[in-house]
Amino acid sequence: MGDNRSVASEYMRGITKDNPIFGLVLGLCPTLAVTTSVENGIGMAAGTLFVLVGSNMLVSLLRKEIPDTVRIPIELIVIATFVSIVDMVMEAFTPGMYASLGVYIPLIVVNCIVIGRAEAYALKNGVFYSIIDAFGVGSGFLLVLMLLGGIRELLGTGGIKLFGVQLIDFVSMLGYNPIGVMTLSPGAFLTIGVLMTMVNYRRILKAMKGD
Amino acid sequence: MADASLFAIFMDGVFLKNFLVVQFLGLCSFVGVTKDVKSASGMSGAVIFVITLSSFVSYLLYTFILVPLRLEYLNTIAFIIVIAALVQLVEFIVRKHMPPLYRSLGIYLPLISTNCAVLGAVLLNVMNEYTFIQSITFGIAAGVGYTVAMLIMSSIRERSNVLYVPKAVGRGVTYAFFIALIMSMSFANYFKVIPL
Repeated sequence: MGDNRSVASEYMRGITKDNPIFGLVLGLCPTLAVTTSVENGIGMAAGTLFVLVGSNMLVSLLRKEIPDTVRIPIELIVIATFVSIVDMVMEAFTPGMYASLGVYIPLIVVNCIVIGRAEAYALKNGVFYSIIDAFGVGSGFLLVLMLLGGIRELLGTGGIKLFGVQLIDFVSMLGYNPIGVMTLSPGAFLTIGVLMTMVNYRRILKAMKGD
Repeated sequence: MADASLFAIFMDGVFLKNFLVVQFLGLCSFVGVTKDVKSASGMSGAVIFVITLSSFVSYLLYTFILVPLRLEYLNTIAFIIVIAALVQLVEFIVRKHMPPLYRSLGIYLPLISTNCAVLGAVLLNVMNEYTFIQSITFGIAAGVGYTVAMLIMSSIRERSNVLYVPKAVGRGVTYAFFIALIMSMSFANYFKVIPL
């Protein structure tokens, strides 16, 4: 691998072209399940980002030692170790968020984003670029989760509350009547469906311009 | 939760807390493998089998190995290894004894070890402190609920193949999300609208 790749472009690739949700369509379960509010989305994405960076780093360090035939179990164990760390740290320091994220924290283990990056990138690249890649993909995931969480929280409860501070409140300002279903499961499917349609539409327009 | 009746746990697993459309566990296969009924049913069969088996094995592992040794914090690692091993085993058995099934299921079996539904069911069993029978019931119910949702989804997608769909929505993941939207509304509200 040539070392002429710029750090910035490797990082941005995780947010734009290789965006985990809209580009690669990986890791949908936590994306839809925890984005009932911005706060939960940030918590989930922070946990995933930590696991991504840790596992990419370790897998990349070990990439010359790992035999090809048993690489998936090894990757799973590496990932599960970092997930256990996140699980215990969150339970100790942010018990409120831990309670609302529930079973989805240990489920980071089977998040396709993490194992996908370990498999597709960390096994073939050096430590430094693997960490940059993990940060890029993790940030892309964070942005999508915040966007989804923001839309759902705003429409579903009429305001956005971040770590105990009420940022926006449409209910008292405009007399907005919250659509409760947006924070339930149908709201999640609707939001991601509309967002994906918009992304596809942009892609089609771009392709038409290119031709 | 430990005193909930088996019937209540079963109905919970199949409908009220349906893994796919209400809890969002195993969505990758829900939008990825539902293009036609045949592969959806194959995947569902494999999932029922693996979920039931892994609830059985992981209950024994948790109660008789992890709890006496005070290693509960290792449960995520232990369960994921058990599931990966089970999936590998199932793959061997199916390849040896049911070659036609293997040909149609082959590519889905490895996917199951990274399917949130299986690990989710096992972890929920531990979180809800289910007993042995309850754990297995919940495992079966989760598998049946998964099958119901997969079959409805794949039949709708197969039969709506000739419908006009805007190009930006397409036939892929986005289209699946809009069908899932309607399905989740019915699943989540059915038992709330009609007071039992």
